[in-house]
Amino acid sequence: MIDVRRTLIQVETIHHEFGPPPAKPQRRGAILSVIANPYAGRYEPDILPMMEALNPLGVEMARRLVEAIGVPPEGIEGYGKGAIVGSAGELEHGALWHVPGGYGMREVLGWKNGKAGGNAKAIVPSTKKVGGPGARLDVPVTHINASYVRSHFDAIEVGVPGHPRADEMVVVLVMTTGPRVHERVGGLRASDVKGEDGLR
Amino acid sequence: MAADIRKLIVILDETRKEMGREVKPPTRRAVAIAVIANPFAGRYAEKLDDLTDIGDELGATLGRACVQALGIRPAQAESYGKAAIVGEAGELEHAAAILHPELGASLRKAVEKGAALVPSAKKMGGPGTPIDVPLGHKDAAFVRSHFDAIEARVSDAPRANEIVVAVAVTDSGRPLARVGGLQKHEIKGEDGLR
Repeated sequence: MIDVRRTLIQVETIHHEFGPPPAKPQRRGAILSVIANPYAGRYEPDILPMMEALNPLGVEMARRLVEAIGVPPEGIEGYGKGAIVGSAGELEHGALWHVPGGYGMREVLGWKNGKAGGNAKAIVPSTKKVGGPGARLDVPVTHINASYVRSHFDAIEVGVPGHPRADEMVVVLVMTTGPRVHERVGGLRASDVKGEDGLR
Repeated sequence: MAADIRKLIVILDETRKEMGREVKPPTRRAVAIAVIANPFAGRYAEKLDDLTDIGDELGATLGRACVQALGIRPAQAESYGKAAIVGEAGELEHAAAILHPELGASLRKAVEKGAALVPSAKKMGGPGTPIDVPLGHKDAAFVRSHFDAIEARVSDAPRANEIVVAVAVTDSGRPLARVGGLQKHEIKGEDGLR
């Protein structure tokens, strides 16, 4: 059911944005998979089989992304996910990515032996749209353990030139290794996170 | 003069299927992009040597970053290309100073050999401006299966005082290439053309 046609991995190293460079440059990465949309061109009432079938892709994408960013899983501090559905599909097909996208990142970043307990306690922020070839998506980013950490609110613009075609979907995962490069608008600090409810 | 690199972005693009057919092995293309300060923004300078030095540095930095992203030995690189987008306080000639005198030589060291001209593109632009980096076979410009282009863009660059510099390297030609012409196994690789 899952037919991957193309993969695009993007890693950005940010040294500064005209202010004092941080000791460690920030890294932000995205992985995009172009997959066939088996439901394109018709209304299919039961689309849940695909959600289950996407789980292995979510895990594989999360692993490849951490590897490309070049840090151990503990070095990832922010995450997000998104989907762009080709024009013969519907927005709801993009919603199929919510569970497997989040599952894949938790599997790699958080869970230990199949159980919650490590990192990745916060909801994974997401966005999706229907778009044509080359459509861009601003994927939101928040802290992996506490959604309210203000320094880590961010977004990464992504897209695949030439995709999605009408019968395709682009599914996206993004991760960051730290806060915005010159973060200074206060709020909850990453160092003050309690990490119990995924929010604070 | 060393480049003031604000950001470095590396993109790996892997095509496994095209038109329902498997692409075996998958075609793989990398583009590495540096966002740098333009030392000549806002003024006319007769000598652009500082940018030429930066081009020398970036040919190596970006060429190596592509080879690393592809996970290949330098000799396995098959095609390459280069491009620059100059922010609005600069001039098109700044892109030429980076791309043409030295960048090709240091890029060739990063990919080994490279008898062919490095195809290039340049333009003026603002944040998010895309540029299509042309690609050609590194040892024989006439290899038809390797004529291609890869899009590069940085959502927040170039700012007015910046230049975006991109280098692309692949380990393959187009997926399902089948329009004939000189084939890669037929090249002599001496004159850079055939």
